[in-house]
Amino acid sequence: MDQAALETARTIIEKWRPKKGNLIMILHDVQDAFGYIPPDIARYLARTLHIPLARIYEVLTFYHYFKLQPPGKYKISVCMGTACYLKGSPSLLQELKNILNVEEGQTTKDGMFYLESVRCLGCCGLSPALAVNETVHGTLTKSDVIDIVSQYAKEA
Amino acid sequence: MITKTVLIKDTTPGSTSGTKEFFDVFTAALRESKLADEIRLVRAADIGVYNHGIVLKILPDNITYANVQHHDIKRIIGVTLKHGNPIKDLLYQPRAYQLRLVLKNCGRIDPESIDDYIAHDGYRALSAALQAGPDTVIREITASGLRGRGGGGFPTGLKWSMTRSTPGNEKYMICNADEGDPGAYMDRSVLEGDPHAVIEGMLIAGFAIGASQGYFYIRAEYPLAIERVQKAIDQAHAYGLVGERIFGSDFSMDLEIRLGAGAFVCGEETALIASIEGKRGTPSPRPPYPSVKGLWGKPTCINNVETLANVPSIIRNGSAWFSRIGTENSKGTKVFAVTGKVRNSGLIEVPMGTTLRDIVFEIGGGTASGKRFKAVQTGGPSGGVIPEHLLDTPVDYDNLQKLGSIMGSGGMIVMDEDDCMVDIAKFYLKFCVDESCGKCAPCRIGGYQMLNLLENISRGNATLEDLERLRLIAKAMQKASLCGLGQTAANPVLSTLRYFEDEYREHILNRRCPSKKCTALLQFIIDRSRCKKCGLCARSCPEKAITGDKEHGYTIDTARCINCGMCFETCKFGAVERN
Ligand SMILES: Cc1cc2nc3c(=O)[nH]c(=O)nc-3n(C[C@H](O)[C@H](O)[C@H](O)COP(=O)(O)O)c2cc1C
Ligand code: FES
Repeated sequence: MDQAALETARTIIEKWRPKKGNLIMILHDVQDAFGYIPPDIARYLARTLHIPLARIYEVLTFYHYFKLQPPGKYKISVCMGTACYLKGSPSLLQELKNILNVEEGQTTKDGMFYLESVRCLGCCGLSPALAVNETVHGTLTKSDVIDIVSQYAKEA
Repeated sequence: MITKTVLIKDTTPGSTSGTKEFFDVFTAALRESKLADEIRLVRAADIGVYNHGIVLKILPDNITYANVQHHDIKRIIGVTLKHGNPIKDLLYQPRAYQLRLVLKNCGRIDPESIDDYIAHDGYRALSAALQAGPDTVIREITASGLRGRGGGGFPTGLKWSMTRSTPGNEKYMICNADEGDPGAYMDRSVLEGDPHAVIEGMLIAGFAIGASQGYFYIRAEYPLAIERVQKAIDQAHAYGLVGERIFGSDFSMDLEIRLGAGAFVCGEETALIASIEGKRGTPSPRPPYPSVKGLWGKPTCINNVETLANVPSIIRNGSAWFSRIGTENSKGTKVFAVTGKVRNSGLIEVPMGTTLRDIVFEIGGGTASGKRFKAVQTGGPSGGVIPEHLLDTPVDYDNLQKLGSIMGSGGMIVMDEDDCMVDIAKFYLKFCVDESCGKCAPCRIGGYQMLNLLENISRGNATLEDLERLRLIAKAMQKASLCGLGQTAANPVLSTLRYFEDEYREHILNRRCPSKKCTALLQFIIDRSRCKKCGLCARSCPEKAITGDKEHGYTIDTARCINCGMCFETCKFGAVERN
């Protein structure tokens, strides 16, 4: 683990140390900083907070939000909430799988795109919707998908 | 010179020629009255009123007429267009109306400015509450009849007084902003649009139960809501409204945010408490209820965002004002996120007791496609579907429960004839199976078994006995599951079975999906007359089951076809048919 990463982890821990029940909030901050929960950092947390690594792992795997693998540069989250499902989001997801050649929860070989399905983006009025990092694209049809992907591929 | 504009739209469902016909007659009448240069007629694409025959909107007077007949044109020209007077019997009377109490500030004030909130009566209720004392506050909330908006509908005043009367000098207040129901975003909108109202509600609640610490438990997927709430807490802190000795009184309370991490079950109160404690969000048996033994073993009160957002205006305007709105046992308003196959999807707020029909057809405008309405789903994964013939039911906690659904947190999803009820049941159940924490067997195993049965039905591999099996397992889950997730997970299956058993039987007996959704039961063929021989379908087929070439056209080898539906999706000319 490099020095800068260690320093980041230390700052996060110090910020939350006085608070009760701080583990989940610490993990949130770690994921914000690194994009996922690196194993080295998890081990460091266990040592510094005096909690078994198994308990950290137990929490990490319970919550969908925490990632154990580094994400791609662009995270594509396809909404599978009810509104989007009814309006055809499964076909958006299928199209993305075809275009990117990955399954849900995987990153493309070049590390560019990470594909996932999520519950509800909270913009059901724009269904079907997907988000790329934090930008929401709404009222999509299957043929819009390729345009969105190529737009981000170009930017990179 | 143009002095008035008249928008015209025929809002009769399914009518296509009405607007143009009326437009032509009206144009001729204007010419006859020599007004053609002063009045502009416009055919509107959407006029905001639905199912009311010909609708006219006259601008700038902003007069709306509904169900206008050809013989009314003369009167309209004479009375309204020439003299600007409205014609009473033609005026559009909305049957259903929205009443914005919870959403009143959303979109009107700057959510990032505490001064703006204060200028709109903000924090006056808190000040009044501090002067009145906790007992008076609890009495007011009890008298108002406010019930929890998080789904259960538990009387809020009672919850507060139970938490208050549990002995202990350390108590906690929690705002449940986990909003797990997929397809709903009421709480998000309130937190983003009017965060101070929720904070004020939290402080009043905390004062009433005797808490000195409050937590907002917010979904991590709502970054803007988190940012706004944090900003609002900081501003309130700077003004002495959060923290030590609020308004100079003896009451002190701090507020902090804790984030959810994408687990639906954490919306359940005991699981939510475990999550704030930094643990896996698994529920625990109740009793003891959180009001007795909650966060860190201390008495705790958990309320939903919308519940708390109602509190300041009840304290400001009095319980009598609030309890005049709504029905016998459900007071006030409810915010719904009306989505799915509806024309106007969006957030609405209506008085309790508004009928489902008014919500779906008057406010929502019916189905977007113009296709037949099939059902409306309320309560998300814990709720159920309500079919057309029950749409005149007034919405309240007890009525929805009687129909086999629940009020839930406010998701309302409109479905049309393209939606298959077996598929819908499968969708919701799959959600619950994915989200089951796995702690108790009825939920973990029962959900999985039911899902398998549904899967078989949608593939045409089921028998009628399987319907009985579904009902049996559902009953076991309802009775024996540890928390609300398992106890209600079967509701979507039971309610679709209750109202749409025919559709299940059609899948089982005739291996047919009437909505053409269950692809395993479909047959795909290429209609030669529409096929343009482009070959896209053949390339899209993962099984190479489509053969042919650009000269002779293409055919699907049904023996190799796996019914994935890719060719149907791909074809731009509608030449792939599914039956
Ligand atoms: C599986 C499950 C999920 C729940 N999700 C939520 C939720 O997302 N938001 C919410 O406010 N209440 C949710 N609840 C209800 C809470 O347990 C609790 O009853 C509610 O927050 C109490 O607040 P209220 O009395 O103001 O409604 C859920 C309950 C269950 C069983
Ligand atoms: S269901 Fe997709 S944004 Fe809500």
